[in-house]
Amino acid sequence: MKVGLFIPCYIDQFFPQAGIAAFELLKKLGCDVDYPTAQTCCGQPMANSGNEEDAKKTYKHYVRTFRDYDYIVAPSGSCTNHVRKHYDNIAQSPDVIHVRKNTLDFPEFLIDVLKIESLDAHFPYKVGLHQSCHGHRGLKLAKSSELVGEEYSKIRTLLNMVKGVELINLDRTDECCGFGGTFSVKEPEISIKMGIDRIDDHLRNKAEVITGGDMSCLMHMQGISLRRKDKLRYMHLVEILNHT
Amino acid sequence: MNHAKKASEFIANENRTNWHDKSLWLVRTKRDIAVNRVAEWEELRELASQIKAHTLSKLDDYLLQFEKNALKNGVQVHWAANGKEHNQIVLDILESVNAKKIVKSKSMLTEECGLNPFLEKHNFEVIDTDLGERIIQLRNEPPSHIVLPAIHLKKEEIGELFHEKLNTLKGNSNPDYLTAEARKHLREKFLNADVALTGVNFAVAETGQVVVCTNEGNADMGVHLADVQIHSMGIEKLIPQQKHLGVFTRLLARSATGQEITTYTSHFTSPKKDGQMHIILVDNGRSNMLNENNSTALKCIRCGACMNTCPVYRRSGGHSYGSLIPGPIGSILAPIKNENQHADLPFACTLCGSCTNVCPVKVDLDKQLYNLRQQITQNGNAPKLMNFAMKIAGRVLSSTFLYNFSGKFARIAVKYLPRFILYSKLNIWAQKRELPKVPEYSFKEWYKKNNTHE
Ligand code: SF4
Repeated sequence: MKVGLFIPCYIDQFFPQAGIAAFELLKKLGCDVDYPTAQTCCGQPMANSGNEEDAKKTYKHYVRTFRDYDYIVAPSGSCTNHVRKHYDNIAQSPDVIHVRKNTLDFPEFLIDVLKIESLDAHFPYKVGLHQSCHGHRGLKLAKSSELVGEEYSKIRTLLNMVKGVELINLDRTDECCGFGGTFSVKEPEISIKMGIDRIDDHLRNKAEVITGGDMSCLMHMQGISLRRKDKLRYMHLVEILNHT
Repeated sequence: MNHAKKASEFIANENRTNWHDKSLWLVRTKRDIAVNRVAEWEELRELASQIKAHTLSKLDDYLLQFEKNALKNGVQVHWAANGKEHNQIVLDILESVNAKKIVKSKSMLTEECGLNPFLEKHNFEVIDTDLGERIIQLRNEPPSHIVLPAIHLKKEEIGELFHEKLNTLKGNSNPDYLTAEARKHLREKFLNADVALTGVNFAVAETGQVVVCTNEGNADMGVHLADVQIHSMGIEKLIPQQKHLGVFTRLLARSATGQEITTYTSHFTSPKKDGQMHIILVDNGRSNMLNENNSTALKCIRCGACMNTCPVYRRSGGHSYGSLIPGPIGSILAPIKNENQHADLPFACTLCGSCTNVCPVKVDLDKQLYNLRQQITQNGNAPKLMNFAMKIAGRVLSSTFLYNFSGKFARIAVKYLPRFILYSKLNIWAQKRELPKVPEYSFKEWYKKNNTHE
């Protein structure tokens, strides 16, 4: 089984430690993993801003880069969701279909494909989980609060495998952080207010670390926290899963 | 861009924003409790969605069936292609019965048609009898929510308003007192009305009946006291059969307010003895939406749940949308009708998808908003700056070389440019947020160095 690692652009440039953790974690779990260096972006920033047309080239480049892998794993619910749900406007060749179907977010790959039941990881902190909306409602990584049905959460299941992690409960389990790509600069006041409310929920409930499956949400909240000098650390989910 | 500007005005008063957010979150929480008591909730939503989709696919047939049955019941049925025709029909009815005073119970449709100003121009007295609607009518402003039209106001502001307009005690903003005073004031209006006009929640094709759901009983009160009753409805309110009604009444109140059912569910079938009953079927742009792209928004039953859950709406207030119907569904309906004027609304959203999950009839709101962004951009109506910036990003990110170059460039810029330039007014990101700290190397650089077999 050949695994291609997709690293979103902002992780590559600003949070390499999350990319490194993702790579090391897959190695640790025995995967034949490879990071094709020709990769760029999934095209979501353009498409969400209404430029799906311009994103087509990026989509095709993504497919070309990853078509030879059995699975493409990305530490991002948002990018994964975009590849799976929105690559409709290019011809659906066998390569495109293969790549779309097999692009998975980390929680999906670890739980649904590798079916891991334990992890050799240790992280003795109070952790708050911020569910990124695209992973949460798009990929259905957990039951969202609006729906009626049985509770489940792939991310919580994984975090519970890490020794020492104390998962805190939030007042609003799955509210959006307000990042929203270009929304963050188009509507800065609302975006920041949403971020503040989200962070305050974690602080009220005594989190020491905020984690989540999407670095973009964390980058936004971390930016606010740095300015406000909050006593909080931000780490990508894979960093905690890889922590010993 | 309009929404961003009005939102920033609303949010400038942080206390009000917090209070507005919490009030609506409370409604969302009540909704959650109510729907979790219905084990088959998700099946109900699916069923409702299918009934609506089916009805819309044969809307012409069902409308004719409805008309036939309503006529049989002794109802006078009118067809209005747009708001202007609707208002004229109402005016003709009023003149034919020599009416002077009209009581109305909650109807977003008549707001949509601009009925009040039209009738006032013709010297009629029109009184909105739903408490929230009456409050905003007295303030002479549009509703900020489709179910809770005065949710943007604090009780103190309502106390002031009532003191000024209804002569209540100065400084008294006790909700019970204010409600009782409003009742007295409205009772007199009810007793003297010549004609009662209501909106419609559901119209049953099989029976020719219209159904109105209220909590205050004002639709009943109005209709029972006036000799002439008028029901104005959008053509999308139709459902095929009586047995389908239960699916929707179970969904509506739970989604809207967390009640199991509205206090009153009034079924109007035929005129009173010696009275008149009119039903006005209004198109006003709806039939244009009966295409594969836009028809799902026509399933909407106006419960308001997507507003209550929307994290942007809760913080920006209903008036920031600049359209009669705000929030997620309004951000779809408004640009479909007038793309130029409302092009910014589908972008006033983080695509979090919560609206889609709460919607009782499964309107795929976030997908519609995403699609509208594409359509608006292709039509050249998207905000220019963003368009240009994204075009560049499109080119840069599709080419590996350029990506490496520009990404690195950004990283170096963040590292070495003086803080006063990076954090200038032009950098909207950084006005209240720090930029990420800059690492020594990118992931790609790390990988190339540490995995030499590549
Ligand atoms: S779109 Fe759905 S949630 Fe929003 S008002 Fe209509 S029915 Fe309610």
